[in-house]
Amino acid sequence: MSNLAITPSTSQRAQSREGYWHHLRYIMAENPLTGVSFGLFFGLIAVAIFGPYLVPFDPVATGVGPALQPPGVNHWFGTDHLGRDVFSRVVVATRLDLLISVSAVALSFVFGSIIGCFAGYFGGWTDRISGRLMDTIMAFPLFVLAMGIVAAAGNSIENIVYATAIINLPFYARMARAEVSIRRNAGFVQAARLSGNSELRVLFGHIFPNTLPPMMVQISLNMGWAILNAAGLSFIGLGVQPPMPEWGILVAEGANFIISGEWWLVVFPGLALMLAVFTFNLIGDGLRDLVDPQRRT
Amino acid sequence: MTPPLLDIQRLSVDFATRRGTVRAIDSISLSVAKGETLGIVGESGSGKSVTSYAVMNILDRAGKIAGGKISYGGMSMHKISERDMRDIRGREISMIFQNPRAALNPIRKVGQQIADVLVQHNQATRSTARDKAIEMLLAVKIKDAEKRFEAYPFELSGGMCQRVVIAMALACKPQLLIADEPTTGLDVTTQKAVMDLISELTARFNMSTILITHDLGLAAAYCDRLVVMEKGHVVEQNTSQALFNAPQKAYTKQLLNATPHRDSYVRDLLTPEQQAQALALPASTEPGAALLSVKSLKKEFGKPGSGNHHIAVRDLSFDIRKGESLGLVGESGCGKSTTSSMIMRLLDTTEGSIEFLGQDIAAIPAKQFARHALRGKLQMVFQDPTDSLNPRWSAERSIADPLLRLSPDMTDADRQARILELATLVGLPVELLNRFPHQLSGGQKARVGIARAVAMEPELLILDEPTAALDVSVQAVVLNLLEDLKHRLGMSYLFISHDLNVVRLLCDRIIVMQQGEIVEEGHAHEIMDAPKTDYTRSLLAAIPHPPAPDASASETTALVQDGAS
Repeated sequence: MSNLAITPSTSQRAQSREGYWHHLRYIMAENPLTGVSFGLFFGLIAVAIFGPYLVPFDPVATGVGPALQPPGVNHWFGTDHLGRDVFSRVVVATRLDLLISVSAVALSFVFGSIIGCFAGYFGGWTDRISGRLMDTIMAFPLFVLAMGIVAAAGNSIENIVYATAIINLPFYARMARAEVSIRRNAGFVQAARLSGNSELRVLFGHIFPNTLPPMMVQISLNMGWAILNAAGLSFIGLGVQPPMPEWGILVAEGANFIISGEWWLVVFPGLALMLAVFTFNLIGDGLRDLVDPQRRT
Repeated sequence: MTPPLLDIQRLSVDFATRRGTVRAIDSISLSVAKGETLGIVGESGSGKSVTSYAVMNILDRAGKIAGGKISYGGMSMHKISERDMRDIRGREISMIFQNPRAALNPIRKVGQQIADVLVQHNQATRSTARDKAIEMLLAVKIKDAEKRFEAYPFELSGGMCQRVVIAMALACKPQLLIADEPTTGLDVTTQKAVMDLISELTARFNMSTILITHDLGLAAAYCDRLVVMEKGHVVEQNTSQALFNAPQKAYTKQLLNATPHRDSYVRDLLTPEQQAQALALPASTEPGAALLSVKSLKKEFGKPGSGNHHIAVRDLSFDIRKGESLGLVGESGCGKSTTSSMIMRLLDTTEGSIEFLGQDIAAIPAKQFARHALRGKLQMVFQDPTDSLNPRWSAERSIADPLLRLSPDMTDADRQARILELATLVGLPVELLNRFPHQLSGGQKARVGIARAVAMEPELLILDEPTAALDVSVQAVVLNLLEDLKHRLGMSYLFISHDLNVVRLLCDRIIVMQQGEIVEEGHAHEIMDAPKTDYTRSLLAAIPHPPAPDASASETTALVQDGAS
């Protein structure tokens, strides 16, 4: 009997893993835009991981070529005023920018969801206190608040991450609260209580996973926004410091040379920034379809 | 013979889906004469609603008419422009939908919404609309029509909302009214009131009606002629009398059989093949000692004296003995769901005791009961099988949940074995275990819910209208399954419903509740045959009475001739 019982389970599990890949392929094929966005996303990830090993020049070495060369065969994106290779700098910057935005979004997703889940599930004072706290954050112009946090806490990459996470917190908290509160008395939640689940397990084991599809859209939109925010902070001189390559700094440095006609210093990092934000904005729907079991047939 | 008002000839409708084109209705023909009431009866997926959408030209984007024709008073409806169609909808043909609350605009006064319809179709000017709307509210028997004109939909009960929707539908005195499951989700008494109102008004205005329903009894009680549909085909059409007394097709017979009557037994609902497989029921079981005894149970919401203070349950006492099925019957708002939540320990009591297996469980706060030793012995089957399953979990995971939480010592292999055993017990095919709820049919979802509820071998199972969301043939199978399980596992049931005909099938004893109090209590046959209170009598009277099967054959033929001449 025990033999008989195990067989369906293992075969089932293998089937579901295969089903997941099948599902991913289906999602990408169904909507070409989703396919494109996943392609771009994996491209960005690959550049972030392998970029530093593949670039032709050391991104911080000066004088690898003549200063202020326009794009050409040796220097695809041209060189800057210190003779550094712009292509290498733009590629290497990907890792830092993604790292900042991913960790910031991950932090605000985790803490925002926890706050929102408690507020939505328990209501009452938990809800009131967390709600007003989030309102307070929202009351500030968010970029100015991030500037203030970085300026006060110190000029470091970690502080950029924390600042970006804090200003994004209310979006996750509010969304989680709304999604949890509409489900807190659903039939399956009652059934979970009858099955002997504790309140916390009902909340995080049953209700929270059901809020993931809309949260995924929020995450991806937020990623693009977080990249812009980090680049923006570096642009005004907070956070990442030169000569470390970062898209915001590259644009800021290049801006000095626009008047004199050296356009490539601004355009290429700007395009990289745009492409990243574009990818994250596109990928939202695809991610939602991926985590929503109802899309699986 | 005058031409019929609505004539549908060989109509087919296709839907474009992810897996190619699906034919929802396949070359159906039917007609409605002036002043006639036609019932379209079928189970979910039979294409009965799609037929009405095709007539109204409101198929959604994926659907299109693939063939056949619809003519209304000589006009070809499938050729008409959207602009002309808009004029016809409401003025010539109107429709009543299933959920009245969803059909009304929640932020507009109900009277205003009726006036809008009148103005839209030039039946009234801005200045006369109000008076005419109030006239319509009076026609649908809403008391205090002047005052109700100003009400918003959320301030009205479900039955009231449906009256307003009827008033809107009839405001322009259309020729044809299509009512799509107009009473689903309403109580039996409200259902009767709404249906009586529809038939009275349509008779007064000499209108034709198409009643779309899954309830054969309801259709037969109110319609002149019935069309039975299955999977996009018309199976049979005949006068209500003839169809009920001498059904020709096997499907119609099966449907008739599955509809609970006053005198049917639970096994009678099944088809002969299913009956042959069913467990032989013991003739009668002698209930044992008291399993659950509820004493002066009370539940108040809100603080006394404050605006939202409300007593849901006042002073309720009853017993359930071992092996017994107790029915709890009443209209919505009578406190039956509150009572079941309190017994299930999902809700704290205000006063009173609930003694279960010798322990007063009312004393244990609902939040702590999840960890209590008796949790597994007290389980529930929910009303809506879709809503009660976690949409992210496969059937297997849902059934495993109580096992994981309540017997954590079980090994994986034992748990797997138990899940397979449970699936077999409730008749769920094992290959469906790794499907998600949206990939299962209503009946399969109901089985998953039942498997989960009986996983811990409960002593008491509360059934909260477990078949309200199911088709009659599925209901028949599920009710029989519950009856089997009760005998196999020796459980006791508390069956909650507003439908006395269904409750009677499973229950030995019935309690009738009204406004938080027991108004009558007794054996099922006593309550059904000799009700003592007016309230029970009104509940019984509200159950639709299809034509009596003993009506003489000559009468039937006379009717047929009447219709033909």
